[in-house]
Amino acid sequence: MNHVEKQLYAAPRNYLYLYTVAFILTVLFVWSVSAVSLNDVKESGLSIAVNIISGILTPDLELLLTFNSNGVAYLLVETIAIAFLGTIIGSILAIPLAFLSASNVVPKPVAFLTRLLLIFIRTVPAIVYGLMFIRVTGPGPFAGVLTIGITSIGMLSKLYVDAIENLDTSVLESMTSIGCTTMEKIRYGIVPQLFSMFLSIMIYRFDMNLRDASVLGLVGAGGIGAPLLFAMNSYRWNEVGSILIGLVILIIIVELASNKMRSKLIKG
Amino acid sequence: MYDKIFPPKKIQMPNGKTVLEKRSRTPLVIILIMAGLFFSIELTNFDINQIIKNGYKFYMIIEEMIPPKWEHLPNIWTPLMDTIKMSLLGSVLGSLAAIPFAYLASSNIVKSNVINTAARIFLSLLRTMPALVTALIATFVFGLGTLAGTVAIFLFTLSYVGKLLYEQIENAGMGSFEAMESLGMTKSQAFRQAIFPQVLPNYLSTSLFCFEGNVRHAAILGYVGAGGIGLLLDEGIGWRDYASVGMILLVLAITVFAIETVSEHFRKKLV
Repeated sequence: MNHVEKQLYAAPRNYLYLYTVAFILTVLFVWSVSAVSLNDVKESGLSIAVNIISGILTPDLELLLTFNSNGVAYLLVETIAIAFLGTIIGSILAIPLAFLSASNVVPKPVAFLTRLLLIFIRTVPAIVYGLMFIRVTGPGPFAGVLTIGITSIGMLSKLYVDAIENLDTSVLESMTSIGCTTMEKIRYGIVPQLFSMFLSIMIYRFDMNLRDASVLGLVGAGGIGAPLLFAMNSYRWNEVGSILIGLVILIIIVELASNKMRSKLIKG
Repeated sequence: MYDKIFPPKKIQMPNGKTVLEKRSRTPLVIILIMAGLFFSIELTNFDINQIIKNGYKFYMIIEEMIPPKWEHLPNIWTPLMDTIKMSLLGSVLGSLAAIPFAYLASSNIVKSNVINTAARIFLSLLRTMPALVTALIATFVFGLGTLAGTVAIFLFTLSYVGKLLYEQIENAGMGSFEAMESLGMTKSQAFRQAIFPQVLPNYLSTSLFCFEGNVRHAAILGYVGAGGIGLLLDEGIGWRDYASVGMILLVLAITVFAIETVSEHFRKKLV
């Protein structure tokens, strides 16, 4: 038996574990296949698919390029505005919650309770918040803003907490040693560190919120979703095509821009 | 650009040297945010008075949700299971389908710029589509029901896992791959034996993570008629039966939490 073979036989063999996991996965997979019934598929599906593709390839250019309140451009700007304002509201609301759930700032029970609250806020889907806020403000972009604001809180405060817990405390120590007061330490030691981190987190969340905001229109909370739904329900595939093209271009641009800004912010 | 308009401040050091301090960008950032805020408030009819006046309605809805209506539980099981099945099936198929796309998109395996770029553009186009919009389109093509939801989850998983997988393949060590190629293996054989074992733990972990997120996504797909628990949510809110909505949300939270715990356990083992 040469060296290579010895190594080969020396490899750990936990076949029982692997086979058990594989077996469970197979059973789950087979179980999940039962969810799909092909009965719902209609003959018309294929022709609709062809129509959708031809609609995307021949978009309604008039809709795409006009700038009045019905055009795609205006709707996209409205979607951006919803996402932007929502992000700002969410990031302001998240700051106190983040400090309240940072275990090195407040006592453990308080941190635990705040985290539990955040988990509950995070589990409710955005659309449910949307439907709830429509009851408060009536349909329109305002409901969308509030929805985006509250859905952002969960993730934002979690990322904030990470930033707070990763603060470089050596800077603070050296400031103490040269005799800075607490306010000076906060102003020159903590704020500069947190400002760019928080800004980077906010930009990241804005990117995600833009996608959410484009969907919220489906429940009537403003933005580009509602016209998309109307166009689809009335089979105007050219309009659907132009809306989708506008949306995809916007999301790609925002994603590229936000990646660039964030890498600049983090690298300094 | 910014430094040219506002030239850096010169500081004379005691030993005669001059140091340039760049002007802070903070005022510019604040001005941009303020301008953005102003236009957004104009565009979205933001009105703080309305929150003060009608805000109590939001809390009333939450108050009605507690305590949740336990009698509603038997109606929830089937749609909940449908949601889990949809996300499981979509995630498994999507992450399997991601492998060939990631293979084509990674520039160190397939040495063709055209194929790489095409595969990458395809993946990122898929990724930009919000899952709910994909589901909406799918309901037109595949009819109302869980199949449409599964397709939407499948496409989302394909794009997400595909992107992360090709980045991992590109960062994998190429030594053993080259050695195997020089022994006379074909490219796909060498990929299977040298690259795949390297990226496998990360790939499984990414797929599990995606599955976690998909359960959340699948919960709302029912809203557009793509099957699952979303339809019940929509009905509950439509009929202002908030106690039932509270029950659904509670069950959903427990399910998501359980799935996240299990998958986190396996992800920690993997990486």
